[in-house]
Amino acid sequence: MTNRDWPLWEVFVRSRRGLSHVHAGSLHAPDAALALRNARDLYTRRQEGVSVWVVPSAQITASSPDERDPFFEPAADKAYRHPTFYDLPDGVKGL
Amino acid sequence: MTATIGEAAAEQDIFDGAIAADERIEPRDWMPDAYRATLVRQIAQHAHSEIIGMQPESNWITRAPSLRRKAILMAKVQDEAGHGLYLYSAAETLGVRRDELLDKLHAGRQKYSSIFNYPTLTWADVGAIGWLVDGAAIMNQVPLCRCSYGPYARAMVRICKEESFHQRQGYELLLTLSRGTPEQHAMAQDAVNRWWWPSMMMFGPPDDESTHSAQSMAWKIKRHSNDELRQRFVDASAPQAEILGLTLPDPDIRWNEERGHYDSGPIDWTEFWDVLAGNGPCNDQRLTQRREAHENGAWVREAAASYAAKHAAGRGEAAV
Amino acid sequence: MTSAALALGDDALILSHRLGEWAGHAPALEEEVALANIALDLLGQARVLLSMVGDEDELAFLREERAFRNLQLVEQPNGDFAHTIARQLYFSGFQELLYERLAAGDGPFRPLAGKAVKEVAYHRDHAEHWTLRLGDGTAESHARMQRGLAELWRFTGEMFQPVEGLDLDWAGLESVWLERVTEVVERATLTLPEGPRTGAWTAGAGRQGLHTEPFGRMLAEMQHLYRSHPGATW
Repeated sequence: MTNRDWPLWEVFVRSRRGLSHVHAGSLHAPDAALALRNARDLYTRRQEGVSVWVVPSAQITASSPDERDPFFEPAADKAYRHPTFYDLPDGVKGL
Repeated sequence: MTATIGEAAAEQDIFDGAIAADERIEPRDWMPDAYRATLVRQIAQHAHSEIIGMQPESNWITRAPSLRRKAILMAKVQDEAGHGLYLYSAAETLGVRRDELLDKLHAGRQKYSSIFNYPTLTWADVGAIGWLVDGAAIMNQVPLCRCSYGPYARAMVRICKEESFHQRQGYELLLTLSRGTPEQHAMAQDAVNRWWWPSMMMFGPPDDESTHSAQSMAWKIKRHSNDELRQRFVDASAPQAEILGLTLPDPDIRWNEERGHYDSGPIDWTEFWDVLAGNGPCNDQRLTQRREAHENGAWVREAAASYAAKHAAGRGEAAV
Repeated sequence: MTSAALALGDDALILSHRLGEWAGHAPALEEEVALANIALDLLGQARVLLSMVGDEDELAFLREERAFRNLQLVEQPNGDFAHTIARQLYFSGFQELLYERLAAGDGPFRPLAGKAVKEVAYHRDHAEHWTLRLGDGTAESHARMQRGLAELWRFTGEMFQPVEGLDLDWAGLESVWLERVTEVVERATLTLPEGPRTGAWTAGAGRQGLHTEPFGRMLAEMQHLYRSHPGATW
C-alpha cells in the first residue's frame, strides 16, 4: 500500500432509536474522524440514520466458512430452545 | 490454502447447490475463480460507469436554469459518486482494492458504459439522460438486486431505490421543456433523437453475439438476456414518449398486437463497436478528466494519510 | 430586511456555485460526496433567503454583477483543494457565528438561521478537519494550505462590515472569529497570515456591489441559459 491509499472502514448505521446498528457498507478514509464524517455523508444523506459506527475493516475477526459446520450446525437440533417447541393446553394465558 | 481434488469438488458442489437453491454467495465462501473474476469485472465496470457518468451531467451544474433544477442536478451527481462508492465497496469484498480498480480504469484496462462517451450538448440532454439512460440502467439493475452474489445484490437494492428519483426527475424535466416554448420543445426533441439509440445499445449486443451472457445467467449474476431487457425498455419508453409529446427516432416503433410488445427497428451496431473501441465523441475527454482529478488529488490523499500516521494513537470518537 | 436577505442569500448562492464546480474533480471520491453536501446546504439556504425578497430565479439569473451583494471571498475561484478549504474555513466560521446570533434573536431570519446553523456547524467542522490534515500532513500540503490562507486573508475583513438590517455586535463577532481561526490554524502547525484584512478597494466592497474580475465570468456562465429564453419556465 502506498502512502496515498486510505484504509477501508466498515460502516454500521442505526436507522432509528431503539434499533441496532446494521452493517451498511464500507468506505475509505485516512482516519477515524474522517471515516465517521464520510460515513455520515455517504450512508445517511436520505435520513437513513441517527447514529453511525465505523470500524477499520482489518480489525474485524470473522468466522470462516470452513468452520461453518462446527460453528453453526450444533444449534440445529436443539429445538427445545424455542418457545414453539412446547405444547400448551388451550386456554392457558400469560405464557 | 491448498485443497485436494476431492475437497475442491466438494466445495464446487456446495457452491452449485447454493446457486441452484437461489441462496446468496457471501464474500468468504468458496467460489469458482471464473465466478469471482466475472463479478470483479462486472462490478468494477459498473462502479466506473457511475464515476465517469458524473461528468456529462456535472457539465450542466453551473448552467442549470433554475435553482430548483440546480439542487436536483447536484444531488443526482452526488448520488452517482455515492453509487460508485457502494459498488467499489462490493467489489472490494472479492479481494481487490479500489485503488487497483481505479488504476485499471485510468490506464484504460477496465471499461465503463459506452453511453457516457456521448456529449451533453444542451440542457435537455440532462433530462434525456435521466429518462432514457437511467431508465435503461434501471431495467438492467432491478434484476441485479437478486444477483447471486450477496454484497452486489445489497448494493443494488440501495442503488435502485435512489435511481428511481433520477429517472423521474429526467422525465419531469423533459415534460416541462416539451410543454414549454417552441425552442424548448425543439431542444427536448433533439436530445431524445440523440440519446435514444445509444440508450438502446446500453443493453449490450444481441443475445446470439453476447460473449459473457450464458455463463452469467447460469451463475444467476444475470437474470434476463440483453434482448429481453431491451424489449422491456422499448415497451416502457414508447408510451412514455407519447405522454411527453416527443417522438422516438425510430420509424419502426409500433405496437404489435400479436406479440403483445412494441416492435422496433434495427440497431446500428457498428457505432456501438466503434464507441466501445475508443472512438466515441468523448472517450478521451472523460478518461482525461478522471485521470486528472485523481492525479491532482494525490497530494491531498497523501497529506491525510501522513497526518493519520502522525496522530495514530488515541484518535477517534467513542462508539455506542 | 431586503439588503440583509440579499447579502446572506448571495453569499450562500455564490459559494454553492463555486463548490458545485468541484463535481467530478474532487481529490477523493468520498470528498465528492462531502463537497456536494455542503453545496446543497448552501443552495437551500440561498433559496429561502432570496425568496424572502422576490422570485429566487429572477434574482439569481437576471441581476447584473453590480446588483449582487455577496462577499468577494465567496466568489473567489476554487484554486486547489487547499485554497477551497481556506475559503471554507474563513467563511463557515463566520457564517456559523452569524447564524448563531440570528437564531437567538427575534428578527425575520430566526427560522432560517435556526435550521442553517446546524448545517454550517458541520461545514466548519469539515473545514477544520481538512485544515488540520493539510497543515500537518506533508511538506507540500503544508505549503499549499499556508498559501491558500494567505491569498484569501485580505478578503476576510469584509465579513465583519455591518450589513444594513442586521443589528449585531460586528466587532464582537470578529474577535470570536479571529480567536477560533487562530486556534485551528496554530493547531494545524500553520501561521496566521500577516498583512491587512481589507484593502482600500476591498473594504466592504462586495456588499456594495463591487466585485472581482472572476465574478463576471462566473455569472456569465450561471445566467446564460436562463437569459437566453426570456419568460420560459424550466
